Amino acid sequence: MDPVYLDNNATTRVDAAVVSAMLPYFTEQFGNASSIHAFGAEVGAGLRTARRQLQALLGAEFDHEIVYTGGGTESDNTAILSALETQGGRNEIVTSTVEHPAILSLCAWLEKTRAAKVHYIGVDARGRLDIDAYRKALGPRTAIASIMWANNETGTIFPVETLAALAHEAGALFHTDAVQAVGKIKIDLSGSEIDMLSLSGHKLHGPKGIGALYVRRGVRLRPLIRGGHQERGRRAGTENAPGIVGLGAAAALAQEHMEDENTRVRDLRDRLEQGLVQRISHAVVTGDIENRLPNTANVAFEYIEGEAILLLLNKAGIAASSGSACTSGSLEPSHVLRAMKVPYTAAHGAIRFSFSRENTEADVDRVLEVMPGIIAQLRQMSPFWDGESKTRTAFTPTYA
Amino acid sequence: MWEYSEKVKDYFFNPKNAGVLEDASGVGEVGAIACGDALKLMIKVDPETDRITEAKFQTFGCGSAIASSSALTEIIIGKTLDEALAITNQDIADFLGGLPPEKMHCSVMGYEALRSAIANYRGEVWEDDHEEGALLCKCFGVDEGMVERAIRNNVLTTMEQVAHFTKATGSCGTCVEGIEEVLERTNAAMVEAGELAASQAFVVGAAPVVGRKTPRNSPVVALTSPPATKMTTLQRIKLIEAELEALRPALQSDGGDCELVDVEDNKVMVRLTGACVNCQLASVTVQGIQSRLAERLGTPVRVIPVPSGH
Ligand SMILES: Cc1ncc(COP(=O)(O)O)c(C=O)c1O
Ligand code: FES
Repeated sequence: MDPVYLDNNATTRVDAAVVSAMLPYFTEQFGNASSIHAFGAEVGAGLRTARRQLQALLGAEFDHEIVYTGGGTESDNTAILSALETQGGRNEIVTSTVEHPAILSLCAWLEKTRAAKVHYIGVDARGRLDIDAYRKALGPRTAIASIMWANNETGTIFPVETLAALAHEAGALFHTDAVQAVGKIKIDLSGSEIDMLSLSGHKLHGPKGIGALYVRRGVRLRPLIRGGHQERGRRAGTENAPGIVGLGAAAALAQEHMEDENTRVRDLRDRLEQGLVQRISHAVVTGDIENRLPNTANVAFEYIEGEAILLLLNKAGIAASSGSACTSGSLEPSHVLRAMKVPYTAAHGAIRFSFSRENTEADVDRVLEVMPGIIAQLRQMSPFWDGESKTRTAFTPTYA
Repeated sequence: MWEYSEKVKDYFFNPKNAGVLEDASGVGEVGAIACGDALKLMIKVDPETDRITEAKFQTFGCGSAIASSSALTEIIIGKTLDEALAITNQDIADFLGGLPPEKMHCSVMGYEALRSAIANYRGEVWEDDHEEGALLCKCFGVDEGMVERAIRNNVLTTMEQVAHFTKATGSCGTCVEGIEEVLERTNAAMVEAGELAASQAFVVGAAPVVGRKTPRNSPVVALTSPPATKMTTLQRIKLIEAELEALRPALQSDGGDCELVDVEDNKVMVRLTGACVNCQLASVTVQGIQSRLAERLGTPVRVIPVPSGH
């Protein structure tokens, strides 16, 4: 049986068409785009096409608003570090408690080493940002507000246009980590107030290690990586031509499949989610149900632990993920679910299923077929599970 | 994902002795759902021979927690209680063909549950040294005795190892200083007893703590600057009190709270409550308080959270 891959928020398969687009750039068209000879010129043309493809997916007004980077993490780092330098006299950052570590670790480091002041805005039980707190945190000292477009664990979408406008009222820049949003939902940056946006190739069936930072025309950017004049001096280093071409091809395909992603894929997700909740008691869907990515389902199964679920799923040929402490090597459960105050009884047993256009009805059927058995098997072993009657057993640990 | 041995996988996928043991003669329970793993070990003992005739477990936890629990039951069935008490967590790990270092706490959980179950059978109050104050790590419910046993049984000499074996310090990190003390003290005793080379012993502050989940010592804004001399101590304390008071509503709205315990030079001891439930926020909180105080006092300070109940 073919494996069922439902971990597309972690990474996606590179589309076969993307691979074919990239291959010539390893072989015949291996030139350096900066060279004067024919080898370089051909590559230059390929890069220009790729840039326009990505520009079209983002709805960016100018193609030079795109700066290629080594991925989502580099884009995030570039945006925040640049803002602290260009926004003279401002050393505060407003962000959320549910950002990706690409933002949170950087912020923690900036607090420690650069005396930056970081405001972490919380979310409610559905994962929605506390807009009031966000508004209050913005001020004359705010250099940049950075709020993700969509959360990687729950798919919850944030109102980035409103947030950008509020940031501008305070004279601050606005950046969004759109790594999970780009390619999955329609994005139109023309006429947008968003100053900077991060994206990553491998989340939209493109290659790993290539990403981009959109920088709205007129917004000053301090490069993170200095050296040659590539990317108009905004990101040094010989262009990753195969990667850039791959990202362009992936962007074009994503645009083509946008409709599919938001109809068929969404339906698959919904069917899985509803099927799980119907078949399995004490299973809760987390995140903002009405307003989230079409491909992401995060379901928490009470009284059992996520890694154990994933191991059994994996044995059944199904790949998913969890924010569970045990799988990440960290000892705490997902910071996103904790920020949402998902109770511990459920937070440890949260499983994320993330779809892509490659998934089918059969995939959903497979999961629905094996999941009830897996959950029952683990609950049988759990000291907290007392049959369908629910109520916790008289488990009285020494130090609860 | 983790590299589990074949035996771990086997004991996870086909666990032996899972379930409830009716009329068990001894029950040991460790861990809690909030901590991410918990084990209930049930044993039946033949009073004539003092042998464990049956053992079953119920475990909430990851693959290696379930495998360790199951392995434990296999190891102890047929053993006398004294033989069982001689088993260490390393025996459980060895039985399974080893565990990833980060997962050693699963074997420790089994070891602790076994001690607890035997004590329960013998009618002893488990852990005579277990008073309110001895609970060192609130996040994972780890007391001093458990840390000490893990250090001795496994010859642990770094804070990272202690986290791997007991999980203590792995979350909010407010227990780092307490655990460091125990590690230093226990290592010193082991050196004395000839169980450890003096050069290996852990000494607080002697080496940087390494590891992915580095237990955070509260960052010092600038270590070298002397404490403020402009303000009198009383003025400083008053100012600190006022600042903390101003911060409390925000913490309370998150279900936490904070109170000033002591001020000593540039060290500000605070007690955070409720915050451990949301550990990441706790460290953010501490840093937030620290930078705010530093700003208002005009000098670097170090905010040290002290566990509640002390
Ligand atoms: C929201 C978010 N931001 C950033 C990243 C990092 O992107 P990359 O892996 O390209 O560095 C990821 C990917 O895991 C993500 O989900
Ligand atoms: S990690 Fe030990 S008390 Fe929070």
